This record gives sequence, C-alpha cells and structure tokens, in this order.
Amino acid sequence: MAEAPFGLLAELTHRCPLRCGYCSNPVELVRRSAELDTAEWCAVFDQARELGVLQYHLSGGEPLARKDLPELVSHAAGLGGYVNLVTSGLGLTAERLADLHGRGVDHVQLSVQDADPATANRIAGVRAFTHKEEAARLIRQAGLPLTVNVVLHRVNLDHVADIIALAERMGADRLELANTQYYGWALRNRAALLPTREQLRRADEAVARARETTRMEIVYVIADYHEAHPKPCMHGWGARQLTVAPNGDVLPCPAAGVIEGLGVENVRDRSLAGIWHDSGAFNAFRGFDWMREPCRSCVRREIDFGGCRCQAFQLTGDAANTDPVCSLSPHHGEVDLILSREARPEPVALTMRQVTTGGPRNTSRVTR
Amino acid sequence: MTTPGTNLDAVPRLGKGVKTSYDRTRDSHVVLFPEGVLVLNETAAAVVELCDGHRSVTGIAAKLAEDFDGVRPEDVADLVTRLAERKVVETDG
Ligand SMILES: C[S@@+](CC[C@H](N)C(=O)[O-])C[C@H]1O[C@@H](n2cnc3c(N)ncnc32)[C@H](O)[C@@H]1O
Ligand code: SF4
Ligand code: SF4
Repeated sequence: MAEAPFGLLAELTHRCPLRCGYCSNPVELVRRSAELDTAEWCAVFDQARELGVLQYHLSGGEPLARKDLPELVSHAAGLGGYVNLVTSGLGLTAERLADLHGRGVDHVQLSVQDADPATANRIAGVRAFTHKEEAARLIRQAGLPLTVNVVLHRVNLDHVADIIALAERMGADRLELANTQYYGWALRNRAALLPTREQLRRADEAVARARETTRMEIVYVIADYHEAHPKPCMHGWGARQLTVAPNGDVLPCPAAGVIEGLGVENVRDRSLAGIWHDSGAFNAFRGFDWMREPCRSCVRREIDFGGCRCQAFQLTGDAANTDPVCSLSPHHGEVDLILSREARPEPVALTMRQVTTGGPRNTSRVTR
Repeated sequence: MTTPGTNLDAVPRLGKGVKTSYDRTRDSHVVLFPEGVLVLNETAAAVVELCDGHRSVTGIAAKLAEDFDGVRPEDVADLVTRLAERKVVETDG
C-alpha cells in the first residue's frame, strides 16, 4: 500500500479577479456551477484527514472568492490540520482576515507579480499591486506568518533585487521566488515568459547577494528548461500530496488533468482513500517500475523521480518518457529548440487568463 | 548554505508558524510548518516539546535525563541544529 499523503491542495474554485498570464490553472477553467459545495468540501477534508493529511493548502483560483471560506477554514482547523491560505490578496479586508485567523488559518501565502507597480498590474491583467501591499500590511498586523510568492519570468526576472526588497518591506518571513512552471496559461504564454540564460544568471547573483544580508528565508525554484536535470516533481507521483480540483477531480498534481487517458476520478464517485490507494491515475507512475531508460538505470532517479510526468506528456506526447528537460532524455533536443526559438530578450504580448468556452470537459472527466 | 552547529547555551524555540500536533494516523508526534511536515521519533518529540524559548540546550538535556538514559547535551545540540535547518526551531546566536 502506498504511504499516506501529508498535504491536500484544495483548489476551492477557479474563479479569480486576476488574469495572470503565467497562471498554472488549466486553460479550461471549471465553472462555478460545477464546483463542490460546502458540505462536499468538508467531506473531502474529513476523508483527507482520515487518509493521513495534515496540511490543508486552500488555494484556487482565488480562495477568497468562495463565500464559505470561513466555514471551510473552521472545518480544516477543527480536524487538527495546518491551514495555509494561498491567495492573491484581492478581497482581503481586516475583518475577513481577523475572522479567518480566529477560525484557524495558520499561515498565509501571498502572491505578488512584480516590484514595479505598473509592470505588476500588466502581468496580473488588473490593477492588483496596491491591494498586495495592503494585504501584506493586514497579514502582518494580524501576526500571521507570511510567505510572499513571486512567479519569475522574462518580464520580472531583471527586478529580482527590487522584488526581494519589496518582500522585506512587506514583512515577509519567507520569500518564494519560483521560476514559471509551464502548465495551463503559462504554457500558452511560454514564448512571452521564457527568460534568457543571461537573465537567470543575473537573478542568481542577486539572490546570492540578498541571502547574505536578509532575515527572510528565500526559497528559489529553478527554471527547469534551462537546467541539466529536472525538478523532483511532487517528490514522486502519488507520494506526498494530492490535489482536489474545484469540481472534485482528484489529481496527483495540479497539472495532471492534461495527461490524456490518465483516468482521473472524482470524489463525487469514489472515496479519497480509494482514489489515493487504488486508482489507475495514482498508481500509473508510482515508484520506479513504470520508468524507461534512461531513467530506469540512472543514479539520479531517487533524487528527481524522472522529473515531471505532465511535462513529459506535453512535450513528448507520452507521460512515461523521461522529462525532456533532462539532458539525458532522447527528446532533449526539443527543449533546446524551444529555448532557441522562444527564450529571447524581446517582449512578447501575454494572453491574459480568461474563461474559455470549452466543451463539456469542464464538468467531470471520470472514465467509467 | 550550512547552518553552524548549535551552542550548548543556545535557547531554542519553535519557529514562527510552526505547530506541533499528534497524528493518530501515524501514531506519532508531528511538527507542522508552511512547507512541510516532520514526523518525530520519541526523543525528537521530547526535545521539541522542551524548545520553549526558556531552556538552554544544556537545560533541555538535563530535563530529558530525568526520563531517558544516556542523553548528552551534544546530541541535543545536533538535533536542534537539524531542526533549525528545516526552520522548525530558531535560536539566537
Ligand atoms: C494558482 S495560484 C492560486 C492562488 C492565488 N490565486 C494566488 O495566485 O496566490 C497558487 C500559487 O501558484 C503560483 N503560480 C501560479 N502560476 C504558476 C506557474 N506557472 N508556475 C509556478 N507557480 C505558479 C502562484 O503565484 C500562487 O502562489
Ligand atoms: S495565479 Fe493569478 S490568475 Fe492564477 S489564480 Fe492566482 S491570482 Fe488568479
Ligand atoms: S535520466 Fe531520468 S532519473 Fe536520470 S537525471 Fe534524467 S530524469 Fe533524472
């Protein structure tokens, strides 16, 4: 039997007042009418705790867009879980925060687009910047631990030093500088977001300089297209965390819905424990038996688990292949080609995130 | 980045945003923090409980010696160093 998961990423809704061009949410967003209701989410939290989950990451979309967020926080906290609110900060008021804090939010992760207000607003597709500053002030005033998360890409990488200074002014305890992962809207906007090697090199230097003086913990997530080896995606498939999408689809990672034929199941049809332990989707890439060469006999397989399955699927058409960002992958030439075509210094317009009029796929993708 | 070893006079306390809890699913004490979960063995759980911002590493070792055999302050210091690397505990100086 697989080990129990530690964390649940609960994507409470895909609704969001922002329209970030780098958003990793799927291009076909789940509509409000298909979202799990309050009782269904509470049942998911119960089942998750039963299964071994200790951390509840309440995310989305924008979790504050759910009117029942206070009840959901109370419920997760009541189960003894660590409640992490992952938010854009839009819609946060002193009253709402005090209420959520009182109900048991343990930590807030606030996303920021850039240190330069005009650029930040351009990346977010709306005027969000001043709300971020205000949200950070409220979070700090409440005495809650604050992580600021900034997704990095061509448009803001040159501002890393200013971004670090902004996070310090905001009073962040931790700063996550996460290079864009190319899923959902970010994949669609890849030609506008991929940075140059030179940009990454300068950002590395800025981060190293800041680490010498800052009191914040800085977590830097690498730009995997430019690296020799892939990231240890999710610490292995179906190993530590699971994601429940707004409509109840249960996924090994937030992006896994893109893998065709995975057989994603839904909490409306089957228990979380049943899906975690026995579903085809969760067992497809667990452990090492599914691996092909070069991963199968590679010494790094227990370090990076062969990389990301979604990326393997998106770039090679087969999720069981080695993540092509790996220099040992037979498909690595594809990534080099993408870099030479797309990772250029000149600006490219972003397609802002929007609700696309997709087909019936939005409701549920259970294979019966 | 390597964290220097912990001084025997250092006074550890739980880091900001860190919670301790008992997990019935795993029958273990656990530490919960923004980026993860740490499942503690019995000794580690006893040490974490004593990281109260008042006792020094030497003090923690003395307190533990009442319940466990062969507790050395150096071992407590090592554990505190490892916990500090994960940002679970903080020490000044
Ligand atoms: C999808 S958002 C949802 C929560 C909330 N709307 C927000 O932006 O904070 C969850 C987290 O993922 C980050 N994120 C979004 N798109 C990303 C991408 N393409 N690569 C890496 N991180 C991303 C966000 O900055 C945020 O911290
Ligand atoms: S990343 Fe931006 S668009 Fe996506 S959910 Fe978060 S705030 Fe909304
Ligand atoms: S071959 Fe596979 S296991 Fe080896 S480094 Fe590349 S992705 Fe990792």
